[in-house]
Amino acid sequence: METIYAICVGIITAGGVFLVLRAYTFAVVLGLTLLSYAVNLFLFASGRLVINGAAILGESDVYADPLPQALVLTAIVIGFAMTAFALILALRARADLGNDQVDGDKD
Amino acid sequence: MLQHLIFFPVLLPLLAGIFLLLPPLHGHVKRQRVAVLVVNILLLVSAVLLLQQSIHHEPQMYMMGDWQAPFGIALVNDKLAAIMLLLSAVLGFAVHLYVFGGDDQRGPFFHPLFMFQLMGINGAFLTGDAFNLFVFFEILLIASYSLLIHGGGKQRTQAAVHYVLLNLVGSVFFLFGLGIIYATFGTLNMADMAYKAAHLNADDIALAKAGGLLLLVVFGLKAALLPLHFWLPRTYAHTSTPVAALFAIMTKVGIYSLWRMHTAVFGDHAGELANIAVFWLWPLAVATLIAGIIALLASQTLKMLAANLVVISAGSLLLTVALNSPQATAAGLYYLIHSTLMSAALFLIAGMVQEQRGQAQDRFVRSRPVNQPALLGGFFFVAALALIGMPPLSGFVGKILLLQAAGDAADAVWVWPPVLISGLAAIIIFSRAGTTLFWRVQGASQNQVLAHPLQIAATVLLLLMSPALVIWGGGSDRFLFVSRL
Repeated sequence: METIYAICVGIITAGGVFLVLRAYTFAVVLGLTLLSYAVNLFLFASGRLVINGAAILGESDVYADPLPQALVLTAIVIGFAMTAFALILALRARADLGNDQVDGDKD
Repeated sequence: MLQHLIFFPVLLPLLAGIFLLLPPLHGHVKRQRVAVLVVNILLLVSAVLLLQQSIHHEPQMYMMGDWQAPFGIALVNDKLAAIMLLLSAVLGFAVHLYVFGGDDQRGPFFHPLFMFQLMGINGAFLTGDAFNLFVFFEILLIASYSLLIHGGGKQRTQAAVHYVLLNLVGSVFFLFGLGIIYATFGTLNMADMAYKAAHLNADDIALAKAGGLLLLVVFGLKAALLPLHFWLPRTYAHTSTPVAALFAIMTKVGIYSLWRMHTAVFGDHAGELANIAVFWLWPLAVATLIAGIIALLASQTLKMLAANLVVISAGSLLLTVALNSPQATAAGLYYLIHSTLMSAALFLIAGMVQEQRGQAQDRFVRSRPVNQPALLGGFFFVAALALIGMPPLSGFVGKILLLQAAGDAADAVWVWPPVLISGLAAIIIFSRAGTTLFWRVQGASQNQVLAHPLQIAATVLLLLMSPALVIWGGGSDRFLFVSRL
């Protein structure tokens, strides 16, 4: 399970990095979204993967670490807000600079 | 009451920011200014009280919601944090005075955003939890994104795109680093991390090292470490004057985090993880200084000059982190306070020059004279003396401390030349800037713009901090006490 999980996170991260390195703001924003998905999954795994474990003591024999879950929740909220801001800024840049290049130049 | 004081520097700006968005204050510039002034004075008072507390008592832990350490989120007030809080309060106060001269009317929501920014900065100084540090970083960043484009303009939007995208990628790295650190340390409380760093499983060492170095990348991005500093000059030069002055403290948040994380957690005691950052910081800090010097000599506007000086001060400060001794940290702290206040002052002066020179703005070209050459020229001269590092102002003391800290010969070879050459480069570019802006003039001024008395007051306040630092800074001894992190 860990191997599959790690490979999935790795692939999403690689896709995110690839998109972030593009020259168009839309691709970059998509890349940032992918990266934030990847990092959320990664954080989730930092408390080790547990199957059928409640995050509350006494509910079941095996229990999952609740802290990464709280961290992921925070990271999701922040990441979502930041992506929204980046998107609006990309639209603004498109309007102000007349193109959707990250550097603002056509070529 | 007093034990809750530690939360005030975070709570006050938060509440103020919210109330500034609500009806009785929203849209009324005068009421907003009064409210903001009151909050600033309260922030100054609480910073002074906290500094007193930290000097007379042991470092204080404040457990949010009374959850026990290491499970709850802790705020920590020690001497270093208290001094940084005082610095941000003084800077915030001065910048607000300047803003009252009219810059807050160029777009909506200036004051609430400024408050959220202060909240993020103060929180980052106070927090004792690595994940909470991330949260406060995000708060100060999202406020800074909006402040950066405040007032609008093509150049600003473009600088903002780079700044925002880079910092978003930085945040992702931060989270990856924190995930790795949590997986290996099992905690994110910094004091707990420092304790556990020496007792990690042998299998986890490599992972923990990767996590620590990822955090170095993030803090390096904030602090303008060489390959990650290219966003800085454009961002600072193109944003509005008061925002640029406030941003003078933003790179210092990165330096502060380096002290907290890489000097305190991954410090000498950390066994195999000891001083993992130093190996990278040495060459990169020197390279940052050199790149800053070259860029400084090529500056074409006064704001660009000030921005490049921020890069140089970041390089010098990173050197003190790399030196990794109590003396170096003490020197770094002194230099940090000096360079923050003086670069902020230079940005404010550049803003006033820009407004008075009309079309030529702050570019180094022959143009019409400013309306108040004696006043602005005097300010410029004092700021230049301080930033070059000439006696009798604080820059001189800061540089002496820095050079002394690099005591033994092997280190001195790396530290002395770039630091001294940066002073020489600053003399050259400041004389060029000063003569061009104030002496090489033609024709008569076309506008009647005069500096607002509050703008002058703000600049005087910041510039007065330089002699104050010399007189009451007390040399390195006074700062040594904070350096035992």
